[in-house]
Amino acid sequence: MLGLQAKDFRLLLIVVAMTMLAPFILNPFPVNSAMAQFNAGYPDLMQRFVIFGIFAIGFNILFGLTGYLSFGHAAFLGVGSYAGVWMLKLLTMNVVPAILLSVIVAGLFSVIVGYVSLRRSGIYFSILTLAFAQMSFALAYSVLTPLTNGETGLQLSLDDPRVLGVTQVDGTIPAPHLFGASMRASYDLVLGGWQFTFNVGYYLSAVVLVLAFYLAIRIFRSPFGLMLRAVKSNQQRMSYTGLNLKPYMLAAFVISGMYAGLAGGLMVAMDPLAGAERMQWTASGEVVLMTILGGAGTLIGPVLGAGFIKYFENIFSKINDTVLHQWFGFMPDGLEDVVVFIVHPFIGKGWHLTLGLLFMLVVIFLPGGLVQGGQKIGGLFRRKAPADDSATRKQPAE
Amino acid sequence: MDAILLQILNGLDKGSAYALIALGLTLIFGTLGVVNFAHGAIFMIGAFCAVTLSRLLSLSHPSAEPTGTDFLGNPKFDDVLYVNEWFGETAGAFIIDWSVPLAILFAIPIMVAVGFIMERGLIKHFYKRPHADQILVTFGLAIVLQEVIKYFYGANPIPTPAPEVFRGSFDFGVLLGFEANAIIYPYWRMVYFAFALVLITAVFGFLQFTTFGMVVRAGMADRETVGLLGINIDKRFTIMFAIAACVAGLAGVMYTPINSPNYHMGMDFLVLSFVVVVVGGMGSLPGAVLAGFLLGILESFASMPVMTSLIPGINQIIIYLVAIVVLLTRPRGLMGRRGVMEE
Repeated sequence: MLGLQAKDFRLLLIVVAMTMLAPFILNPFPVNSAMAQFNAGYPDLMQRFVIFGIFAIGFNILFGLTGYLSFGHAAFLGVGSYAGVWMLKLLTMNVVPAILLSVIVAGLFSVIVGYVSLRRSGIYFSILTLAFAQMSFALAYSVLTPLTNGETGLQLSLDDPRVLGVTQVDGTIPAPHLFGASMRASYDLVLGGWQFTFNVGYYLSAVVLVLAFYLAIRIFRSPFGLMLRAVKSNQQRMSYTGLNLKPYMLAAFVISGMYAGLAGGLMVAMDPLAGAERMQWTASGEVVLMTILGGAGTLIGPVLGAGFIKYFENIFSKINDTVLHQWFGFMPDGLEDVVVFIVHPFIGKGWHLTLGLLFMLVVIFLPGGLVQGGQKIGGLFRRKAPADDSATRKQPAE
Repeated sequence: MDAILLQILNGLDKGSAYALIALGLTLIFGTLGVVNFAHGAIFMIGAFCAVTLSRLLSLSHPSAEPTGTDFLGNPKFDDVLYVNEWFGETAGAFIIDWSVPLAILFAIPIMVAVGFIMERGLIKHFYKRPHADQILVTFGLAIVLQEVIKYFYGANPIPTPAPEVFRGSFDFGVLLGFEANAIIYPYWRMVYFAFALVLITAVFGFLQFTTFGMVVRAGMADRETVGLLGINIDKRFTIMFAIAACVAGLAGVMYTPINSPNYHMGMDFLVLSFVVVVVGGMGSLPGAVLAGFLLGILESFASMPVMTSLIPGINQIIIYLVAIVVLLTRPRGLMGRRGVMEE
């Protein structure tokens, strides 16, 4: 179906179902119940799930297939965001040109960065990409202020000259829209105690995610993808056979950069502002975390990782001591205080601590990420070992 | 002329910090073959050792006897510092004033312990894994260490002053025949530079002139052969890791008066130190030191008003630019050897 093998098609269907039914899946608890804080079905967060999912899928095309660890991928997302906001400012509030320009600008930028960085490999490649990203970050913060608006971040204003659109609507800035359908428009479905929100912006991003995912499957299964995987397993041998790897690597890098630009453009389409902190190397680190956590080199892994991190970031940051006391209220008083005291550093503002620990544990014990973990658990229940996805297999026989 | 001299001096202290961190990074890379992204966090822990010591020294308890009466006529109890009680007023005041230099003694055992635990507990298991995994796990560790420090000390920078004697500035210009106040340089930065030189010399001397150092150098050149000769090279490499941690930690301790420590200072320095290591040549100790000072001075030159008006923003990106140019034209770095991390 659609040029996919049955297994991949099933995977695609799962992703389609997951994204399209997300408002239901993510809102399993009634609004007024105590568990409502675990609901994640509101537009802002759902948008973040899919946008970071796209970002991670793109990163995975580079890292998962070729093994080249880029530590500067956020730069492409940032550049894409800036381009998108400018398009919204100057041309029209329709998001299509903004997203297209984001992808193109990020692609061009990644051609430059990739051309230079790919001359080296291994740790040098990581440091070169890191250097480029930090450079763009520093420039966006200081010299390029006319373009990026420095520390404040680039925002829409009331007197933007929108050539193909309107500058103001009733004295306010118009919302980004897709041929008239505002990104912020939502439809609330109330069923008993439950409330499900369907948001235009979310569904736009979700459709883009599905397309991006489909493209990623095609790349993974194509001769081109096979070539990239060969780079990962033995680059030297590839060179000895007389093959010029450079165009392949550059193509992978640029595709991956364009995915990042797409994510940046979507981010802007949902919320039209862009800041330099999106390009900082901690942001690059975050997408690395997502990909590794989900499972680098697998198809679904990055999407899972992005969802996982964004979900727990949101939930963990909301929990505070009062909530903890409620949870552990069944314990004797002394014990309750001890438990709350122990858990306290890991919640609320301590989310990054939890994330760091989790990340270390995954790298140490589960290098294949959540996907590998799932396969292991699945393997326990099934008699036969599950058919290994060829992408997760590490080193081929020498 | 005086402006140029001033910039060179300004670059020295930052360059010293870069050189010290890069030296540690190179030691770890050269001996263990591990790319340690948590090295910046070690630098930060060192800085927070100084903070901790100055806090410990200012512990006090209320005096047993009333020292007078307050304005309501109630007996008043002044806080008595433990150090004053134990060592007397003058010695106590002196100790508190000198808390940063004293923190060196305090930090050495802590840093050695940190290095030891890190190597034995975590990094040991990553020798055989790919470099990407090493980067990732140490990156995770860096996040954890940073967050732990943030949890205990808060997110704000904590000012930690230098001893009273070193708080002034020295007028270099007069010495060289310029006008007064043309080239002034804070004493503490001179101290830091001297300290860095001493530390660097000590590390090089240790590697060059002791039997232990000789074995370690042999191990850096060919680990397998040294192992085959019946020498427990792993044990020595662990000790080298602890020494590298110590160097970075002490660099952090002494840096506190220049820049108030905060929890993300490690990350800020780490990125630059990696660039320094790469420019100097992966695995080359003299290269790391040379590149550290060079880049520090270059950075301060680039922030001269003349330069920033010529090319705006050059001060922000000069180091990265240099790194990119060096990596592309001299892939081994300034002093890199053949065969070390070639690809």
